Amino acid sequence: MNDMRTMDNTVLNETKITARDVHVHYGTTHAIKGVDVDIADRTVTAFIGPSGCGKSTFLRCLNRMNDTIPGAVVTGEIKIDEADIYDPRVDPVQLRAKVGMVFQKPNPFPKSIYDNVAYGPKIHGLAKNKAELDEIVEKALRRGAIWDEVKDRLHAPGTGLSGGQQQRLCIARAVATEPEILLMDEPCSALDPIATAQVEELIDELRQNFSVVIVTHSMQQAARVSQRTAFFHLGNLVEYGETGKIFTNPEDSRTESYISGRIG
Amino acid sequence: MTDIPQPGATPVERPAPKGDSLLVTDARTKRRNRAERRFKAYGIAALGVGMAFLVALLWAILSNGLTAFTQSYVQLDVPLLEEKLDKDGDRDPAKIAKVSTFGYAPLIEAGLVDLVEKTRVETELAPKALTKILSSSAAAQLRDRVLANPDLIGQTVSVELLASSRVDGYLKGRVSRASLARDKNLDAEHLDLIDAWRDAGLVEKRFNWDFITGADASDSRPEQAGIGVAMLGSLFMMLVVLILSLPIGVAASIYLEEFAPQNRLTDMIEVNISNLAAVPSIVFGILGLAVFIQFMHLPQSAPLVGGLVLTLMTLPTIIISTRAALKAVPPSIRNAALGVGASKMQAVTHHVLPLAMPGILTGTILGLAQALGETAPLLLIGMVGYIATNYPDGVAEGFLAPNSAMPAQIYEWAKRADPAFYERAWGGIIVLLVFLLAMNLIAVLLRRRFERRW
Repeated sequence: MNDMRTMDNTVLNETKITARDVHVHYGTTHAIKGVDVDIADRTVTAFIGPSGCGKSTFLRCLNRMNDTIPGAVVTGEIKIDEADIYDPRVDPVQLRAKVGMVFQKPNPFPKSIYDNVAYGPKIHGLAKNKAELDEIVEKALRRGAIWDEVKDRLHAPGTGLSGGQQQRLCIARAVATEPEILLMDEPCSALDPIATAQVEELIDELRQNFSVVIVTHSMQQAARVSQRTAFFHLGNLVEYGETGKIFTNPEDSRTESYISGRIG
Repeated sequence: MTDIPQPGATPVERPAPKGDSLLVTDARTKRRNRAERRFKAYGIAALGVGMAFLVALLWAILSNGLTAFTQSYVQLDVPLLEEKLDKDGDRDPAKIAKVSTFGYAPLIEAGLVDLVEKTRVETELAPKALTKILSSSAAAQLRDRVLANPDLIGQTVSVELLASSRVDGYLKGRVSRASLARDKNLDAEHLDLIDAWRDAGLVEKRFNWDFITGADASDSRPEQAGIGVAMLGSLFMMLVVLILSLPIGVAASIYLEEFAPQNRLTDMIEVNISNLAAVPSIVFGILGLAVFIQFMHLPQSAPLVGGLVLTLMTLPTIIISTRAALKAVPPSIRNAALGVGASKMQAVTHHVLPLAMPGILTGTILGLAQALGETAPLLLIGMVGYIATNYPDGVAEGFLAPNSAMPAQIYEWAKRADPAFYERAWGGIIVLLVFLLAMNLIAVLLRRRFERRW
């Protein structure tokens, strides 16, 4: 654990997302059992836990992607900037423009690199003309740390890139709509170590502008990139706190068992 | 590192091999290999039988049908006498049009007699009997020509007139002197004339455009029958099918696949769509008769009604193939679109539909091809047996005027007595197959054109 990069964990920003007593049912399965959590702005928050513990399910509650799964029922309260996102007045489409998402497997559209990034701004009407759109695309690709690699082939298909480049393209696509929160569902699990390092570095940079919530299987990754960590087990949020503390001095015995490799 | 043998050290003794040597095939493996070879042989045999049938079919179609694409014509000089066609000599089109085909028949007769004299063939046939060489439509052909160009009156013009179907059959080898013994339509004497005229180059077979562009003719004039009007009927039907079934089918599939909740009702609908695809087409025919003709009072034998019936028949095919194409689009694409804040409709129209396009188009074209070859439902709405002798005037007439369709026309020819029609039926099959091949080719090309990987 000595080789973990320590980050300045002292600065904690104001709360961005508040969840209270969140339950999720898939049909008869009770996947999330009463989760309370406060996620800070401009911070990387990692969700860790063994497979099937509900960390991805909880992540998908934050932009209501669970709505697209038949049979999923979410109860409880999730507030982003004091607005309840499960309020009937909230349109999930509008919410997802504010809460971007990056998926486990890189999933660029089978279109050009440019069109991949420009799609979100186009449907949300963020650009008035071609020049503005070009600007947005360039900014997003720079934020995705992939601009230098693709600037000469913006009209080549996005699917032709390598896995790591595809994932960074997907991150660029997600940030192009200027979201406030970026959800990442195991963004590096399909990538090799070098691409993983690049994406992790990028996540650290994204913290300047977004609050990032990342689900990861790799405890090392959580330790490297996050300021706060939440440990999920069997649908419960077992422990939540500063990353350094969770990994060095956990309060719950289950957390300790997991990070030391006895369970999970 | 320790198990690497050091040079000079004593070699490690290998354990004795267990069981039999790999160099000897054991009985079990031999049995498996035999089974595999046997299976391959069965497959090749099945393919061989299939290919043999295909070759036999193609051979039968081509050998029987290709002759329909040539037709025999007789070249003769016909005196277009002014006193017969235009008594007043003022070339008034209205008056010329009053002369019916009966006015032209004697002129053609004179032309034939003249031809016999010119070619110095001895014949005992009366002038009246000579006309059996020509199609009974010859007078009408000549009349059309004069009406189109009245200046010809008064001249002796050289015209090519359709030979009768018996003469045509003789030139194609279908009719022989022996078979004429039982035939009142033509005598061996006629054939002597034909032989002489053929040697003189006055009777010859030419490519038969009229078969492709022409209309069906009555029982007594097989030499004049063509598939063109029925082709047009099929075309109008296919237009109706395409315009209705593609949007309805695609919209229904998108709803069922992307939006509909999973419940009893949608399950029922799904099962019923699959079942409809297997319903015999004649059932759709009787449905069309009951709903479109008896209840809605749409015209009988109209391509519009045919198209509606075929739409009902094609819809399940299109829905099933479209749903399969939509299902094949990976869910990650939908997630990606929803993740950047696209609405469900945007995700479908911007991303899923373009990716499903090759499958949708292939399914649609194959459905259309199936509909193009369908005969049974047309029986019940009166498109079989109807003889459309004229082209429809205009597009509206094309949809509403009684017409036939290619497969119905083929069936109609196949059941007529005259063997000359039999040849036309095979020829019609060739035309139909060319259409189907073209549609399949379009399907393949579209698939190639739209195919993208992800």
